[in-house]
Amino acid sequence: MSDNYLSSPRGIKSWLTTVDHKRIGVMYLASILFAFLLGGIFAILIRIELLKPGHNIMSADTYNRVFTLHGAIMIFLFIIPSIPAALGNFVLPLMLGAKDVAFPRLNLASYYIYVAGALLAIAAMVAGGVDTGWTFYTPYSTTTNGSVGLMTFAAFVLGFSSIFTGINFIATVHKLRAPGMGWFRMPLFVWGMYATAIIQVLATPVLGITLLLIIMERVFSVGIFNPQLGGDPILFQHFFWFYSHPAVYIMILPGMAIISEVIPCFSRKTIFGYKAIAYSSIAIAGVSFLVWGHHMFVSGQSPLANVIFSFLTFLVAIPSGVKVFNWIATMYKGSISLEAPMLYAISFLLLFAIGGLTGLFLGALATDVHLHDTYFVVAHFHFVMMGGTVMAFLAGLHFWWPKMFGRMYSEAWARVSAALIFVGFNVTFLTQFVLGSRGMPRRYYNYLDQFQPLHVFSTVGSWVLALGFLIMAGYLWASLRRPMDAPANPWGAVGLEWQTSSPPPEHNFEEVPLVTGGPYDYSTPEPDPAEVHA
Amino acid sequence: MNAWIRSVLMPVQGTAYAGRVDHLYLFLIYVSAFFFLLVAGLTGYFVIRYRRRGPGDRTPHITHHHGLEAAWTLIPLAIVMFIFFWGFHSYMDVTVSPADALEIQVTAKKWLWQFEYPNGVRTINELHVPLGKPVKLVMTSEDVIHGFFVPTFRIKQDVVPNTYTQLWFQATVPGIHELECTQYCGQGHSTMLAKIFVDDEKKYNDWLATGGDAGKNMPLAEFGAMLYASHGCRTCHSLDGIKGQGPSFKGIWGHPVKLSDGKSVMVDENYVRESILLPQAKIVAGFEPIMPTFQGMLRERELKALVEFVKAQK
Amino acid sequence: MSAAATLQHHFTTAEQQADASKIGMWLFLVTEILLFGGLFVGFAIMQSLHREAFLEAHHHLDRVLGFVNTVVLLTSSYTMVMAVHSARTDRRKRVIVYLLLTLICAGVFLGIKYTEYSHKFHEGLLPGRFYSHKGDTVPGQFMFFSFYFMMTGLHGLHILGGMAAIAWVLRRAVRGDFSHGYYTPVDLVGLYWHLVDLIWIYLFPLLYLIK
Repeated sequence: MSDNYLSSPRGIKSWLTTVDHKRIGVMYLASILFAFLLGGIFAILIRIELLKPGHNIMSADTYNRVFTLHGAIMIFLFIIPSIPAALGNFVLPLMLGAKDVAFPRLNLASYYIYVAGALLAIAAMVAGGVDTGWTFYTPYSTTTNGSVGLMTFAAFVLGFSSIFTGINFIATVHKLRAPGMGWFRMPLFVWGMYATAIIQVLATPVLGITLLLIIMERVFSVGIFNPQLGGDPILFQHFFWFYSHPAVYIMILPGMAIISEVIPCFSRKTIFGYKAIAYSSIAIAGVSFLVWGHHMFVSGQSPLANVIFSFLTFLVAIPSGVKVFNWIATMYKGSISLEAPMLYAISFLLLFAIGGLTGLFLGALATDVHLHDTYFVVAHFHFVMMGGTVMAFLAGLHFWWPKMFGRMYSEAWARVSAALIFVGFNVTFLTQFVLGSRGMPRRYYNYLDQFQPLHVFSTVGSWVLALGFLIMAGYLWASLRRPMDAPANPWGAVGLEWQTSSPPPEHNFEEVPLVTGGPYDYSTPEPDPAEVHA
Repeated sequence: MNAWIRSVLMPVQGTAYAGRVDHLYLFLIYVSAFFFLLVAGLTGYFVIRYRRRGPGDRTPHITHHHGLEAAWTLIPLAIVMFIFFWGFHSYMDVTVSPADALEIQVTAKKWLWQFEYPNGVRTINELHVPLGKPVKLVMTSEDVIHGFFVPTFRIKQDVVPNTYTQLWFQATVPGIHELECTQYCGQGHSTMLAKIFVDDEKKYNDWLATGGDAGKNMPLAEFGAMLYASHGCRTCHSLDGIKGQGPSFKGIWGHPVKLSDGKSVMVDENYVRESILLPQAKIVAGFEPIMPTFQGMLRERELKALVEFVKAQK
Repeated sequence: MSAAATLQHHFTTAEQQADASKIGMWLFLVTEILLFGGLFVGFAIMQSLHREAFLEAHHHLDRVLGFVNTVVLLTSSYTMVMAVHSARTDRRKRVIVYLLLTLICAGVFLGIKYTEYSHKFHEGLLPGRFYSHKGDTVPGQFMFFSFYFMMTGLHGLHILGGMAAIAWVLRRAVRGDFSHGYYTPVDLVGLYWHLVDLIWIYLFPLLYLIK
């Protein structure tokens, strides 16, 4: 068997000092999956505690730290880097026909900065943890005990990792496309990553300065957010959400980008509305900077500001809707097969639809006043982040798994896992919409007795969800122990990454590819697998 | 049908405004159901109708359709604009209070709610309002941001330190309504609950005239038990011996306790009273100095009642 | 050193590599603008809430020293431009001289800042809770100094970082790494340095001069 990027060069030192985007992607993948496991354990603990009101398995103080860490780990250590750094790093240069990203050494630096940030976050946990919620609202975060400074500094460091990935991707897309690949011949995955990178570059620094200001408040009492010193605690919310709202599009745009690859492949049909999807990705990135105030409708900001933000929020819904319709239209008269990547893509369509539609309830002022800070919001963001991004991530993971590791996984077990995850997810989180609209606030350790049956139901759902993921861990691990016998193009997909071996050689392509056609040319029948075997 | 959906998803409507919010909410449920069924239905249908027959399947090369794309851009745009206007219109109702509203001052602090009425009466964790009359709340916090949320009224507003925020409502359903803190504020966040008593005007005025003294005719220890629950003591002090953020009351009366400075003090009337009014004066060893003070918030009889209550814990 | 020896394996031409590097540096500069932008916005809001205090407080700043520092940094930007130009025109000795001059200017800037900071420490004009200046007629001036120290401090850290980058480029220039075919590091560090200068151009009037 010929050498590939995994087998050569050999030795742990070659991995630790690698500048190969594929190896960096694999290291990121392992790291974010570990973060997902940690965040997931915290989630299970939360749901067990909530089986009954009041004390169950932990004190209120511990519970507050557990939900804060669940949020901080999932957002900063898992979901934001997940698709861009783990899958994007691997696939983007291949899709462009490039040998690497524009700045390979910066890429490695980005990974080590991620590790540094993760270690700082773990140090913060060990030092006692943080109980502010991942949103660090002042004045609570600037006055409470706990390792707030360490945790915010960890997030600050992680921000650089995100920024460097964004810078790298933008430069790569501009300068390293293969000959013949104009902007409108790029796969939509690349458009999605490009739009994401724009947000990463523009929004993350604002979070950076906001976190530094929290540290300055705690250490120096600079006063900016302290009401007793003439500062404004609501100013913090503006600074924080100015980043954190675009951040949620950093989370969803890459997910949408994957769906645009998977659905055409498994429908064997070209994508419907390529330009609309490309432009809507950029539009989402742009408008995402204008709606942050919808997190603050009841914060005390003026009714006029509320009205403007509500209006803009509804506008940002339209491009997302357009994409969903385009994906469905792609399936029309297609030739559809339901392997694991497609099962996850379909899960995405259904669950993201619910997530997006429930956003309407929150964008409308009158209903938001009732639903804000309740479980309705918790359900909404889990539907878009997990039902959306994580499902898309799983679709991409299963789609590119053979390319990355040269092995297939058990399709039968993958289907079992997908079914358990879909059912478990819905039981866990659909219930929470009802909890929220009935008046159950979020971040609550204790609750009124009337909410208990729904909490129990949601917790049972979380166990089914966890089981689905455990099975996935099992069959993916088993896959890695198989011989490397995956074909170059097991799915019959179109795209430059499928024209090299599985796994690719260290330098990606034997010859520089020349692009002469569009990216979704599925209208010819599926080529004979024997012909494309590497 | 609507009533059934409402009964499953929403709490009781405690005000007319709640009805307006529910109206929009129901509309959104129907819009969501329509679009979800459209997405799920088409997906499900296509997955079956266009399933792969074999490796030789050919598919048409359809890249776009301007008419369809325009339709599914403009129609949703019109729908969301309609939703925006409806939400905005209803919201305006809740932002401007009537000029003749009864004004009640609200002060939030970790972790309880204080209310002050125009005649100077003050209550903790219970808000009394007259039925069918507009009530305006002027709110501020003494420490961190809290959130004032009454699910049955469908109203919510953050309560911010160093500034005043406002809320108004007109309750139409007599009885007891729940108030929950809805902006995370630390350890006692989920026990920072209060009750809103909506009574007809006469009953409300009677209550106000008595100075809000609910436990007037109760024996002291029983009154103390009521205050223990309503004033948030329960958050930190258990009655069964389990250590919380504060010492348990079980069996402490009449015995000495060790303080954080090494000294010892007997648990008697004076110690209990001082701990309520000047909680930082004597901290029991092994506990943090986080108890809020009730100085100026409790009447003499209430203090006596709490002392009797602690005494009764065997 | 020939240009081809410094071409990385994933680029096909030196021009492509230089262009990509430029894009990367510009994007990084955008992030710096947004980072400082947050502080500028915070300052503007706090100033509008505490006009008299900020007005009173800023009188403690030495406008002459601030002006001198502005001239020093502008000069350093000029010497930096000359360094880039010299690299592009194969004048190795001049590159070294101009980079050294830039470093000296940066050092002078930091020296003057040190003087200013010393004066503030002496007077008790310190950020936040450390403010101990006596005899204030207008209360709340500590907030101005919170921002003064945060903004000039963050800027100062960026000057230090820039000096380290210039020193690294200087070392490579001494080694003879640069020519008309390859001078990207000088170019990029130059861009960074101009931004650091530009931020000061905004800081100076905002902190020292605004009425």
